[in-house]
Amino acid sequence: MFEDLDELYQEVIREHSSHPRNFRALPAPARAVDGHNPLCGDQVRLFVEMDGERVKDVGFTGQGCAISRASASMMTDAIKGKSRAEVREAFGAFHEMVTTGHCDEGKMGKLAVFSGVHKFPVRVKCAMLAWHAALSAIEGGAPEVTTESPGDEGPKP
Amino acid sequence: MTGGAEAFADLEARRGDFPALDQEVNGNRLVYLDNAATSQKPRAVIEEVRRFYERDNSNVHRGVHELSNRATLGFEGARRRAAEFIGAATPEEIIFTRGTTEGINLVAAAWAGRHLRPGDRILLTEMEHHSNLVPWQILAARVGAEIEFVPVVGDEGLLDLSGFDARVRGARLFACTHISNALGTINPVKELCARARAAGAVALVDAAQSAGHAPLDVREIGCDFLAFSGHKMAGPTGIGILYGRRELLEKMDPYQGGGEMISSVHFEHSAWAPVPHKFEAGTPDISGAFGLRAAMDYLDAIGRERIMAHDLALAEYAYARLAEIPGIRLLGPARGRAGLVSFVLGDIHAHDVVMLADRVGIALRGGHHCTQPLHRRLGVESTVRASFYLYNTFAEVDRLADVLREIRRYFSR
Repeated sequence: MFEDLDELYQEVIREHSSHPRNFRALPAPARAVDGHNPLCGDQVRLFVEMDGERVKDVGFTGQGCAISRASASMMTDAIKGKSRAEVREAFGAFHEMVTTGHCDEGKMGKLAVFSGVHKFPVRVKCAMLAWHAALSAIEGGAPEVTTESPGDEGPKP
Repeated sequence: MTGGAEAFADLEARRGDFPALDQEVNGNRLVYLDNAATSQKPRAVIEEVRRFYERDNSNVHRGVHELSNRATLGFEGARRRAAEFIGAATPEEIIFTRGTTEGINLVAAAWAGRHLRPGDRILLTEMEHHSNLVPWQILAARVGAEIEFVPVVGDEGLLDLSGFDARVRGARLFACTHISNALGTINPVKELCARARAAGAVALVDAAQSAGHAPLDVREIGCDFLAFSGHKMAGPTGIGILYGRRELLEKMDPYQGGGEMISSVHFEHSAWAPVPHKFEAGTPDISGAFGLRAAMDYLDAIGRERIMAHDLALAEYAYARLAEIPGIRLLGPARGRAGLVSFVLGDIHAHDVVMLADRVGIALRGGHHCTQPLHRRLGVESTVRASFYLYNTFAEVDRLADVLREIRRYFSR
């Protein structure tokens, strides 16, 4: 009945959603940032422990839809061990992919499974929630972020 | 098999009155189950709004010419019709608003803002929509009042009234929803208003989910204020009604300043128009009032008792059909619930359920339904809601149950 949604709910996404990786709180000195999607109530608390310029460890807790959980799970895997600059770059590439569909598969690796999100503009915020929290965590930004920041509305018609 | 389809054939025949229902969404016949958010409009309402603009369009009050006269007669006629619709003693007790939210904000600003003092208490319930919570929070912060809540018990979603009399004693205001938009609970507002007023509190009823679904009589309920919206009862968006008991309205400040609400204006000061015009600054939603009157006529031609019976039968049927789905958690009372069903489908998030249902043309709503504190209390972040109106059918409930099973299958592959 829902075969046309397979592009969005890829098997990898459904698997990460039901068995998220790094789904745990980290103790101090890890930094915690709360991400909140006020439209649907999705909440993610992201924990990042830095070792100088690099992400030493990362975890998350909270609730959300399949897309937001899978995105948080795969994001944590993707940024572990990366430098601040690399996380920033990955954020930009991921954001571009889920809003435009443009995807450099070599660069995106496993995260390419989210390229189908751009066809469902209302789900872009779901995919971006954990990434916003991660960016704020590594930049030392606000301890709370929401998906209401500009730029997540998807492609303009 | 299809529940009470035969018993409500007269209502199912009304589907054709609603043009928006006659369409396909994503290749499937639209099944519109988001009526607690807004209902569809019958042709009679759409035509009345159109007829107003094509024939009578003019501004109301003080106009001398023919069109203004017609607009004024229609507008004030709609006020009289609304008074009759809810059993108000006089049309002066009917204030046109933009909707339930504005009605409650009006009472918070113009009644509570004038009469409440630091330390005064406001009693609400834990199942209030944000529109019957946030205005009181703003007001409480402004005047230094305190807010308390009647608790909601368990997934059944009933008010715990054991300590009600103690709680309401000394409260200045008690505000309560008639029908919960998130749980479908029907609250005993008549009894609660009587107990609140006996304790000296002013009683407000949020009738957003009950107006147009059930008979409504403000004098029988015994409330001081009652607010509802036109758009959830087959009327246009942008128009609503606030009922207020006249002696309270007389002792209230104006809500907004401007034209229409004054009797005389000087550079230094002004005098207010009598109620209800004191509360209706600026040009009102005239076409909305025409449309709302058409909606009230439409509903009463069917009969609100009949609509209520259909709501209850459909909700009971939906509860039973959905309860058969493995892993589903249903919220709200099992029996005697209003025309909506809220649920959590296993570990599948509400937004995923709503999105999949939309792919086959079923319009549901997922999220916290503007009752975030209630959802936290129930320990759920978000729920899925199917809400019915007079045109929904037992076959549509069957379709919903089948699709929910398919959604479960999709996510458990």
